[in-house]
Amino acid sequence: MFCEKAMELVRELHRTPEGQLPAFNEDGLRQVLEEMKTLYEQNQSDVNEAKSGGRGALISTIKLRHCCLLRNRRCAAAYLYDRLLRIRALRWECGSVLPNALRFHMSAEEMEWFNHYKKSLATYMRSLGGDEGLDITQDMKPPKSLYIEHFLPRWKCEQLIRQGVLEHVLS
Amino acid sequence: MAEELDLTGQDSDGGSEEVVLTPAELIERLEQAWMNEKFAPELLESKCEIVECVMEQLDHMEENLRRAKKGDLKVSIHRMEMERIRYVLSSYLRCRLMKIEKFFPHILEKEKTRREGESSSLSPEEFAFAKEYMANTDTYLKNVALKHMPPNLQKMDLLRSVPKPDLDSYVFLRVKERQENILVEPETDEQRDYVIDLEEGSQHLIRYKTIAPLVASGAVQLI
Repeated sequence: MFCEKAMELVRELHRTPEGQLPAFNEDGLRQVLEEMKTLYEQNQSDVNEAKSGGRGALISTIKLRHCCLLRNRRCAAAYLYDRLLRIRALRWECGSVLPNALRFHMSAEEMEWFNHYKKSLATYMRSLGGDEGLDITQDMKPPKSLYIEHFLPRWKCEQLIRQGVLEHVLS
Repeated sequence: MAEELDLTGQDSDGGSEEVVLTPAELIERLEQAWMNEKFAPELLESKCEIVECVMEQLDHMEENLRRAKKGDLKVSIHRMEMERIRYVLSSYLRCRLMKIEKFFPHILEKEKTRREGESSSLSPEEFAFAKEYMANTDTYLKNVALKHMPPNLQKMDLLRSVPKPDLDSYVFLRVKERQENILVEPETDEQRDYVIDLEEGSQHLIRYKTIAPLVASGAVQLI
C-alpha cells in the first residue's frame, strides 16, 4: 500500500516519549523519497498518455498518485520537523554540549541545524544588554528559598525579629 | 535606593512621552507583561523598553551589592530580590522565544505586512532570531528532503504547514479599566452576537480573540 513507509516514520516518533530522540531513520526516508520518484514517473507517463490518447479513465489514478505524493511529503516533513523540535528541546535541557548518546542519533544535517540554532540563540542572549547579555537558559525554575536561613548572633537579630523582618527558626 | 527610571514611550499621537517609573513600578510592569505573555495564545507586542530598564536595574543592584559590606543581611535580601527579578525576566523572554519558534512563518509574515507606525510584536533582536530560525529550518528541509522530491513538489509553503496560534482559546482575565459594549461573537450558529460590559476589578473567563485589543491597551490583565 502506498505511503506505508511514510506512516511508519510518523508512527516511530509518535511512539517515542518526549525528550527522547531515536536514531535518524535514513533508510526509511530514502524509501519514502524513492516511492515519490516512482509515483511521479508513473504519473508523468500516464499524463502523457491521457493527453495524447484521450484516456480519461487514467485521470483518477493520476489523482490518487498525486494524493499519495502529497501525503508522503507531509509525513516526511512532519518526521523531520518533529525531530528538529526534539533536538531544540535538548539545547534547553542539556546545554550547548549534547551527550554522546544523543549525538550518535543525529544526522550530520541535524547537527548542522543544531549548531546554527545554538549560535542564533547565543547571539540573541548576548544582545540583551549589560556586559554579557542574559543567559535565559538558566533560572528555569523560580527561586526556591522564600526565606533565607541565617546564623546570626542573637543581639543582631532581635530588633529585626521584633519588627517582623526576621523569624526565629528553631531547627 | 529611590532611583527613578525613564521609560520613553509613545503616546497615542505618535510623539515620545517620558514616563518616569520607580523601580517597584518597573518590576510591576514586568510582571504584568510576563503574565500576559504566559497566558496569551499569540505573541504579544514587544516591550523592549521594559526589558532594557530591568537589565539596567539588575546592573545597578549588582553594583550596590559589590559595594556593600560582606555579611550584611541586606546583601542576602537584595540578592534574593535580584534572583526573583532575573527569573521573571528570563521566563518572560523564554516564553516569547518559544512562541516565535512555534509560529515563525506567521509571525514573520505579519512583520512583513506591518504598516508604518504600527507597533511590532518583535524586538529587532527577536526579528533577527526569527529570520535565522526560518532560514535554518528552510535550508534543512530543502537539503534533506525537498530537493530530492519531484520538481512540482519541491516548494513547501510553511505558512500552510505550520499551525497558527489558536486565538479562540479561553483565557482568564481581570479588568483594570471599565469597558463598555464589548461584542462577543457566538461560538455556535444557534447563538447570536451579544454585548457585555466589563466592570473594573471583575474577573472573567473569555475567548482570547474577543479581548485581544484590551490586553494590548492594558485595559485587562491576563491571570
